[in-house]
Amino acid sequence: MKKTEIFDSFISSLEGISDGMTIMVGGFGGQGGQPTNLMLALKELNVNNITLVGNVAGISMITGYGWIDQDKKNAIDHSIFFENKQVKKIICSFPVPSQRKPYSEIEKSWKNNETIVEIVPQGTLAEKIRAAGSGIPAFYTKTGVGTIVEENKETKIINGEKFILEYALSSDVALIYANHSDEFGNLVYLGTSRAFNPIMAAASKLTIAEVDKIISSKLIDSERIGTSGIYVNRIVSKKNEIS
Amino acid sequence: MKFPEKLNKDNIAFRASVELEENSYVNLGIGLPSLCAKYIDKKKNIRFQAENGVLGFDDLSQNNLQNPDYMDAGGQFLAQKPGMSFFDSAESFSMIRAGYIDVTILGGMQVSEDGDLANWMIKDRGIGSIGGAMDLVSGAKKVIVTMEHVTKENQYKILKYCNFPLTGKNCVNKIITDIAVIDVTFEGLVIKEIAPKWDFDMVQELTEPELIIKDIPKEYQVY
Repeated sequence: MKKTEIFDSFISSLEGISDGMTIMVGGFGGQGGQPTNLMLALKELNVNNITLVGNVAGISMITGYGWIDQDKKNAIDHSIFFENKQVKKIICSFPVPSQRKPYSEIEKSWKNNETIVEIVPQGTLAEKIRAAGSGIPAFYTKTGVGTIVEENKETKIINGEKFILEYALSSDVALIYANHSDEFGNLVYLGTSRAFNPIMAAASKLTIAEVDKIISSKLIDSERIGTSGIYVNRIVSKKNEIS
Repeated sequence: MKFPEKLNKDNIAFRASVELEENSYVNLGIGLPSLCAKYIDKKKNIRFQAENGVLGFDDLSQNNLQNPDYMDAGGQFLAQKPGMSFFDSAESFSMIRAGYIDVTILGGMQVSEDGDLANWMIKDRGIGSIGGAMDLVSGAKKVIVTMEHVTKENQYKILKYCNFPLTGKNCVNKIITDIAVIDVTFEGLVIKEIAPKWDFDMVQELTEPELIIKDIPKEYQVY
């Protein structure tokens, strides 16, 4: 096992990512918790035919969703990879805003048959990812019973109630964000910026964490660590305070 | 039939807020439901949960306090306050799925006589966003739908059967619209309250299934 690598360049931290990979993008869907610099680097890397996994995927660039006023005009979301024709498939819970026009890049790609959009209930998506990072291959849930989510899936009656069998979802790469880390890759999150980051970190072969700063393990608060460094292969930041 | 003026969104939000009992854990959907937070009686100690991983917020932040690390699921920024707690998405939906949320208030496109809800995709669009709605309607102890009673084109939204893709089956407990408050029961839709200046026949005219009168409907509580 290699120790956690530290990078100061976002594009360099993506080394080894190639065409056809499944890539999870953390956060919830707004600005907070989203690995925005890693996303911009992935666009620049220009790998193709990727399968993306995210939550709220393409709303911010249409509506400004989840971005503070002063940053709204520079809002970034999963749409940048659709604009750039990099995506074969996206698995997410919230791909399109309720308003129909203007079309988002995801809806355009879907309409043009360029991309498959798989819509998964948010809690089921989270649990599929959590399961993958916990060594659990599948689980039963009542979410989606009686809806199109149930179609073509195994079901089982347990204690008189119907449940759907859902499978774990893992990936080649996870791009995640945390507020800060230490040199072991231990991550500290703030507020609602946890969201999908900790579970994606555990569900991927290669986890790359963007952090605002890297501090010494002597200074990090071990009681506040949200993701243990065991899950984190690379950390990347413009601010490294380890001397 | 000529109809009186309908109530506005704030009235619907206020009426929904009245439903929330003291000390309950509540998840509010995006849009109209999130307006309810404005009308909650602070003495009730309502604890809001948002599926992006926060419990215990009430006020939405002032514009000058915008911080991307403190947001609700609708993308509004939160003021930090004592007693808040944060968690990741898996835990957020564990508490939803396991029934810890007392009430969820959601928007609706269609509700059926049996309490089926459709609120995630307009049929002819072919693509929509499920978000956390399916988990919430199957996990929360009580599901309240707030919506306009009919579409802008005066088509039924309260139907015998939903024809849009479902969010959940037999999941709605109460419907609060701009003209009425209706309980979904095993016998059918029971009318509880009617908006000022409206009467039963007018509400029935805009509702596809037959409404049931148990007790004499009260006047819709407005603020």
